Amino acid sequence: MKKVKKSSKRAAAQKAHITFKVNGEPVEVAFAPHKTLLEVLREDMALTGTKHGCELGECGCCAVLVDGQPVLSCLVLGLTVEGREVTTVEGMAEGARLDPLQEAFAELGAAQCGYCTPGILLTAKALLEKVPSPSRQQIQSALAGNLCRCTGYIKIYEAVELAAARKAGNPATPRRESVYGWQ
Amino acid sequence: MDGSRGDGSKAAGGNGAPTKGKPYRVIGKPNPKVDAWDKCTGVTKFADDLVLPRMLHAKLLRSSVPHARIVRIDTSKAEKLRGVKAILTGKDLPIPYGILPVSQDEHALALEKVRMVGDPVAAIAAVDEDVATEAVDLIEVEYELLPAIASIQEALDNPETRIHEYGEFGNVHRRQVYEFGDVEAGFSEADFVREDLTFYEGSTHLPLEQHASLAQFFHDGKLTLWSSTQNPHYLHRSLAKVLELPQSHVRVIATPCGGGFGGKCDPFQHEIIVSKLAMVTGRPVKICLTREEVFYCHRGRHPVLMATKTGFKKDGSITAMHHRTFLDGGAYGGHGAASTFYTGVLQTTTYKIPHYRFEAVRVFTNKAPCGPKRGHGTPQGRFAQEVQMDKIAEQLGLDPAEMRQRHAVEPNSLTANWLRIGTTGMSQCIDKVVGGSRWKERFRKLPYGKGIGLACSAYMTGAGTAIYWNKMPHSGVQLKLDRSGGVTVFCGSSDIGQGSDSILAYIVAEELGIEPADIRVVTADTDLTPVDLGSYSSRVTLMTGNAAVQAAERAKKILVQAVSEKLEVPTDRLIFADRRVFDMENPEKGMSFAEAVWLAEAKFGTLGTTGSYTPPNAPGKFKGSGVGPSPAYSYCAAVAEVNVNPETGIVVVERVWMAHDGGQSINPVLVMGQVEGSIYMGLSEAMMEEMTYRGNRNVVHKFPSFLEYKSPTTFEMCDVITYLLEEPDSAGPFGAKEAGQGPLLPVPPAIANAVYDAVGVRIDEVPITPDKVLKAIRAKAKGQEGRFGPLNFPTCPMPEAVLVPTPWSGGTGESAKRETALAKA
Repeated sequence: MKKVKKSSKRAAAQKAHITFKVNGEPVEVAFAPHKTLLEVLREDMALTGTKHGCELGECGCCAVLVDGQPVLSCLVLGLTVEGREVTTVEGMAEGARLDPLQEAFAELGAAQCGYCTPGILLTAKALLEKVPSPSRQQIQSALAGNLCRCTGYIKIYEAVELAAARKAGNPATPRRESVYGWQ
Repeated sequence: MDGSRGDGSKAAGGNGAPTKGKPYRVIGKPNPKVDAWDKCTGVTKFADDLVLPRMLHAKLLRSSVPHARIVRIDTSKAEKLRGVKAILTGKDLPIPYGILPVSQDEHALALEKVRMVGDPVAAIAAVDEDVATEAVDLIEVEYELLPAIASIQEALDNPETRIHEYGEFGNVHRRQVYEFGDVEAGFSEADFVREDLTFYEGSTHLPLEQHASLAQFFHDGKLTLWSSTQNPHYLHRSLAKVLELPQSHVRVIATPCGGGFGGKCDPFQHEIIVSKLAMVTGRPVKICLTREEVFYCHRGRHPVLMATKTGFKKDGSITAMHHRTFLDGGAYGGHGAASTFYTGVLQTTTYKIPHYRFEAVRVFTNKAPCGPKRGHGTPQGRFAQEVQMDKIAEQLGLDPAEMRQRHAVEPNSLTANWLRIGTTGMSQCIDKVVGGSRWKERFRKLPYGKGIGLACSAYMTGAGTAIYWNKMPHSGVQLKLDRSGGVTVFCGSSDIGQGSDSILAYIVAEELGIEPADIRVVTADTDLTPVDLGSYSSRVTLMTGNAAVQAAERAKKILVQAVSEKLEVPTDRLIFADRRVFDMENPEKGMSFAEAVWLAEAKFGTLGTTGSYTPPNAPGKFKGSGVGPSPAYSYCAAVAEVNVNPETGIVVVERVWMAHDGGQSINPVLVMGQVEGSIYMGLSEAMMEEMTYRGNRNVVHKFPSFLEYKSPTTFEMCDVITYLLEEPDSAGPFGAKEAGQGPLLPVPPAIANAVYDAVGVRIDEVPITPDKVLKAIRAKAKGQEGRFGPLNFPTCPMPEAVLVPTPWSGGTGESAKRETALAKA
C-alpha cells in the first residue's frame, strides 16, 4: 500500500491574516506565515513589479518602501508589515501621472533590461524625499546596494539628477553629453 | 500604460540637437524605448512573473560531485511525498542536444555520468516550490567517483580520464591551426621579435534575472514554452529534437530578458525539463533557478592562456604574428567550437598584420561550461594583443597612440585571414581619447602611483554565418498595415534590454513617415514571428534593421501606387513624413498615412509585406572561414586613468575615455547606454570578476553568490567620457554598426597599460587584483622582473596547419593545403 508522507512544512502552514496599506490602498491578505514580503507581494497579491535576483539580500532588485524607507522585501517576513504602508513600483505613479523618476528613466534609457529598475526607482524615490537635490556622491551612496549589470549606473545617475531638477520645478532637459556623447 | 505615453515624438535632448548625416525624422534621435514605460512601471512580465491556473513548480536535484558514474538513483521516498506530481531522471530524456551541430553532448538530466558539480540529475514537479524542494532532498543518488579535472594542465596531463568520449583525443575538445601567409618569413623581416604570455580569467554574465521558464502542453499535442532566452529559434529546434515533437508543434516565446550578455543563448536543461514535466503531468510547469543554479548554467567567458609572438620593425609595424591560445572549456561543448576560433580570428582587424598564424586548443574540465559572454572569445585575445602593443611601443620608445594610428588597418581592405573590413574610425577614435585625456601631456609624466593607458579594438556587427548551416535569411520581418494608420512589425528577434524592439519601431517609423508610437512590435514568438536567429554577435540592429527597411520599402511601393492614382502625382514624387503621404513639389497636396492605407487596401486587398536579410558571402573559402566574417566591424579606442596604491596594491580606475565608431546611431541614447554598459563590464572583468573553483575540494565553485562573486557597485564604477563617431557604413541600416560588445574589449588592456604607467609593473592577467600588483611591485623592488602573469605555456600535439595564402600573395581565399596534398600525390 502506498504510504503518503505528510509534508512537515505544509503541516505548519496555517495562514496568517493581516491588514496593511499597499500603494495607498488598505488590503487584507492571508498567507503562509513563513513567507517573505517579496513572496506575499508577488504570489499572494500579483504585484510582480517587485523583482528578485537572489532572495538573499545581495542584489537590491526586491527593494520596496515600507513607511517610505527602502527595505529589501526578500529579507523581511510578510507579517512584519501589519499596519504599515508599503509602496511598490506599481504605486509610484500618481494616477495617470508618472513619477518624475519614471519619466526620466524612460527618457534616458536608464532601464535597459529593466530587471533592477523597480528596486532602483524606489530607492531613488526615498533618496529624493530626504535629499531633494542630491550630489552625484549622495546618489551613489543611496544606490550602492542596488546592482545593475546593464547600464554601468551612468544613465541611472543622470536620470535621478534629471528627476530631482524637475521635481524642484526646473524644466530641465538631459545634458547633451548624456545623449549624444562628448564632442 | 498607453495613455501616459503621449505621442512618440517626445524625445530627450531638447530641440535643435544635431542629427548627423541625412536629416532623418526618427533615426539618430533619442526617442524613449517602446517598452521604457512598461519597464519603469512594473508592467513588463518577465518569465517568473507568469502564472497559469493549476501551475506546478519544478526543482532540480543537481550533482554534488564533479565527475562520477551514476550507480543508482532512488526516487521512491520523493514519490511518496504529498504534492509531488512527477519525477524525471536521465532515462526520461535520453536524446542529446547542444547549440552547435558539432557539439551535441548535453543531456537535460545526466544519463550515466555527471561531469560537474551542478549537473542536473533528477527533476520534480510539485504543487509548490516548498514541496518540490523537500522532495529533491528525498532523492538518493549513489555515485562512483571518477578523477576530477580542474584545469587546462590537468586536462592535458590526464588523457585517460575522459570527460567525453568525443573530441580530438583525451580531454582535448577542439584543436585549430591556421597559417595565413608565412610567419617565419615575416619574423625574418622583423627588427625585433617578442613573445608574451597572458592569461584572462573566466567570468560569468551575472544577469540580475535568474533564468526562468514556464511550459504548457495542450491536448492537441502542442507545447508552448515561455522562457528567458536570447535565442528562441535555436531553443525551438533543440526542444523539438529532445522532446521528439514536430517543430511545428513547439512554440517558444522569449519573455523580456532580464539581462543576457550571452548567458541565455544556449538551450538549457531546465527549459527542456519543464517542457517534459508539462507533457507528463498535463499541467503547466514553471521553474525559476536559484542564484546558485545560475552560476552552474554559466556559459560565460572562457579562461584563456595565451602566447603571442610578434615580429615588428623599428617604426612599430608588425611583420608577423603567431598567436596561441588554450581555452578551459568546462564540462560541455556549448558554443565552445566557435569560442575557440574567436580567441584568434579578430586579431587581424585592428593593425596591419601581413602574416598570421593562429593555434587554439579547447579542453574539457569538470567545471561549469564556458561559452559566449559579451565579446565572445575575443576580449581575451584583444587583451594579449593590446598589452603587447604597449610593450612594443615602450621597447621602441614610441608613443603607443601614434604607433597604433600609423599601422591601423585601412578601410575597405582585406585582412591576412580574409576578413573584409568596411569603414573604420579607429584612428579618429584614438584622436578623440588622446585629446580628451590630455594624453600627450600626461602619458609617462604623471607622478608615481598615477597612470594612464590606451587600447583599441574592433568587433563584428553580426556573425556572417548561422549556427547551423542553411541558405535561408538570418533575419525576417513582416509588416501588417491596418486601417487605423497603425503598423505592426513582426520579427523573431528577442529584446534583451539593448532595445532591439525599439530599433524595429524607429526604422519602420522613419521609412513610413509615421511615429514610433504608431507602431506595435511583436517579437520573439516562434508561432507568430518570422525567424531571426537571436540576440548574439551584435547582429540584431544590422540584420533585423535591414530586413525592416526592405519590408517598409515594399509597403511604400504598394501605398504609392494607390496614392499616386488618387492624387494624380507621379509615384517618385511622393514623400512619407509627419504621418502623411504628399507631393514633394506641393506638400499641401497629400493625405494622411491612414487614408493612404485605406486607398491601398481598397485597391489591393489586405496589406502586408515581408523583408529579409542575409549577410554577404565572406571572401574566405577555406574550412573554418565562417567564423570572423561580418557585414561590418565597429572600432573603438579607450584611455583608462588609474590610481595605484603601491603600499596595498589596490588599483582604483578613476575614469575611462571611450570613443566608439558604431556607424550612424539609430538612437544615440541607446548607443550611449551600450557603450557605458560595455565599459562597466570591461572594468568589472579587469578588476574583480573571477569564476573560480576549489580544485582541492571537489571542484566546487568558490562563490556562487552575488555577494562574494565580485561585480562593481556604484562605488566601484568609474567616471566615463564617451565620444560617438557616426560615420555611416553602407552595410548597416541607415549606416549603423554595432555598439553592444565592442567597447568592452579595450577596457581591460587599457587598465593594465595604465597600471604600468602608474607603477612600472606589468600585470599580464585579469583580474588585476591587489595581491598581483603588490607581488609585481615587490619583485621589481628586489631587482627582479616587475611583472605578474603566466610563466609557462602548455604543449599539446597539434595537427598540420591549414595553409591559406593571403590576399596580397595571390590567394583566392581557398586553403592551399589540398593543392599541396594533390601535388604530392
